[in-house]
Amino acid sequence: MPVLDDYAPIVGEGTVKELKLLGDRLAGQRVVNVNSTRVGGGVAEILTRLVPLLNEVGVKARWEVMSGSEEFFELTKKLHNALHGRPATFTAVERETYQRTTTANLRALDLEADICFIHDPQPAGLIAARQSLDSRWIWRCHIDVSAPAPGAWEFIAPMVEKYDLSVFSAPQFARSLPIPQALVAPSIDPLSDKNRELSKSECEAILTKLGIRSDKPIVTQVSRFDRWKDPLGVIQAWRLARQRVDCQLILAGGSATDDPEGAEVLREVRQQANGDPDVHILDLPPTANLEINAIQRASSVVIQKSLKEGFGLTVSEALWKAKPVIAGAVGGIPLQVSHKYSGILTHTTEGVAFWIKQLLSASDFARRLGENGREHVRNNFLLTRHMRDHLLCFLYLLKGPENIIRL
Amino acid sequence: MAQLADTERPFEFMSRLNLTLLTDLRARDAAELLEHLRVVPGAVIYHHTHHFLVQHQYLSPEPPNDFAFWVSNMLLEERLGEELAAVDVLRFATIHELREALVHVIENFLEGCTNLRVAPPGEEFYFEQSVSFVLPTGIVARNLSQFRDGLAQVSLNSISYHMFDARLRLEQGGDNDFSKWLEAALDEREVAAAMRRLDPYTHTEEGLRRQMIALIDARLHRESERARSG
Repeated sequence: MPVLDDYAPIVGEGTVKELKLLGDRLAGQRVVNVNSTRVGGGVAEILTRLVPLLNEVGVKARWEVMSGSEEFFELTKKLHNALHGRPATFTAVERETYQRTTTANLRALDLEADICFIHDPQPAGLIAARQSLDSRWIWRCHIDVSAPAPGAWEFIAPMVEKYDLSVFSAPQFARSLPIPQALVAPSIDPLSDKNRELSKSECEAILTKLGIRSDKPIVTQVSRFDRWKDPLGVIQAWRLARQRVDCQLILAGGSATDDPEGAEVLREVRQQANGDPDVHILDLPPTANLEINAIQRASSVVIQKSLKEGFGLTVSEALWKAKPVIAGAVGGIPLQVSHKYSGILTHTTEGVAFWIKQLLSASDFARRLGENGREHVRNNFLLTRHMRDHLLCFLYLLKGPENIIRL
Repeated sequence: MAQLADTERPFEFMSRLNLTLLTDLRARDAAELLEHLRVVPGAVIYHHTHHFLVQHQYLSPEPPNDFAFWVSNMLLEERLGEELAAVDVLRFATIHELREALVHVIENFLEGCTNLRVAPPGEEFYFEQSVSFVLPTGIVARNLSQFRDGLAQVSLNSISYHMFDARLRLEQGGDNDFSKWLEAALDEREVAAAMRRLDPYTHTEEGLRRQMIALIDARLHRESERARSG
């Protein structure tokens, strides 16, 4: 696992030193993170890297994972979709399931800490422990809750409003709340297996193992098999583009342990591909980081055709590899991509098809998009910036709420 | 390079790290932008006129300010956007004065405006504010040579703090920290004046660092030459 100094060649000595200075101000503070899955999905990835680094600068950070039945995770998936706007009703039985799971986790998890950092709606109910623990509580919302289906926000609002601080990835995702709202964009780790530099031969070996040929340009979408990522729309766009430019398509993804709908979407994707030898559907395990890295690096164009997004970190992953990205202008994607400057923002399947053709044909323009994108990610979406924001959230809770805080 | 005299009033490089907080205010058109701009805390004005400098380091010249960007790109009011972008932040010694200037530009626009354009849903202007954490970097300079080395080492946040915050947000008479110290503690009036003349809003911060170091290197070089010939 990398240590903080390993990031200095990428982000600069001064930035690393600042993180250590902030850590000095928080030395010994106990922070417990709680989410709902150890592997798969952006939250688990970020915590895997961030928790050790926080400890390195002196914060006593831990990570607890709540447990729940299949029934609970089906409910929270439904809640997740409803918070994104899909209509749903929540029965008394489901509410009871949520409450029962929360109570069981309150007994099972060690929440003894100075700061409890709770991620997403699944463990939001743990705030009930606040009555008995003398600590500060942060609710970190990784999804877009700006336009929820009726009843969805009301499900979690009574819990969220009891926190000391909420954290959203972008202003567009947030809601009016009676508690302070911090904005913290997520990040990628440039030293992780998913993002570290790979040699050409390493890439080739991995692609050969996956059965991908290098005789045609590769267009890729890396995403969970999830309807909001519109994998069927990607196939449709690629088919339109292929009428003009010969290329192959990789749809690489997997399903996190809290996503029971993934298998169904994967089945539909396979059906849509209809055995086309130029479409590679890769159902990868959550540990396939090197494979994803190699696929992104081997791609000529990377797509993220999301219809709804939390943040869409795969965009930053591709940009960090200096790849031209075509992405849906939803959620946090416009924060990562400035249209025609650091990537392409689209709204339609036809638009994606058009830009696949353009970028495969205009390689100089595509290269410039990728280079600008990489610098934008370096400045805004790397793990060190994320770590700094977490440290600042902790300091805000402990030393705020002034606008200028001298440490 | 020459080693100039030490001062008993060393310069302590500070750094400033910002946490962004969302306010509950948002604007759909220029009239709402104006309404909120009049009353938001200074930390909101500071945020929207300065965070671009940090987030878009690779752009030069940098995008001007969030108000101008939003008006141009979301309301498609290019004339107003241009006028807001042209508000010269360096002219103002306080956030209050900067706010007044921005308000004045929008008021003038609204006087002649008969049909207000509205931002598409989801593209409203979200008012945010910076909470700034100021801390010493541990790097201290007692002479010009040490100051130059410190400048080369510190993060861009530190440069930003001494050049932008000290001048405008902390309302220290409209001067940047570097020029003030160079003049008061080292009597380096020429370098101080040259730094004061730099427009930090038209450079990337890395570019600004390079320019300031070049000014000091030139001064140290002249001192070396003088010592050698003398």
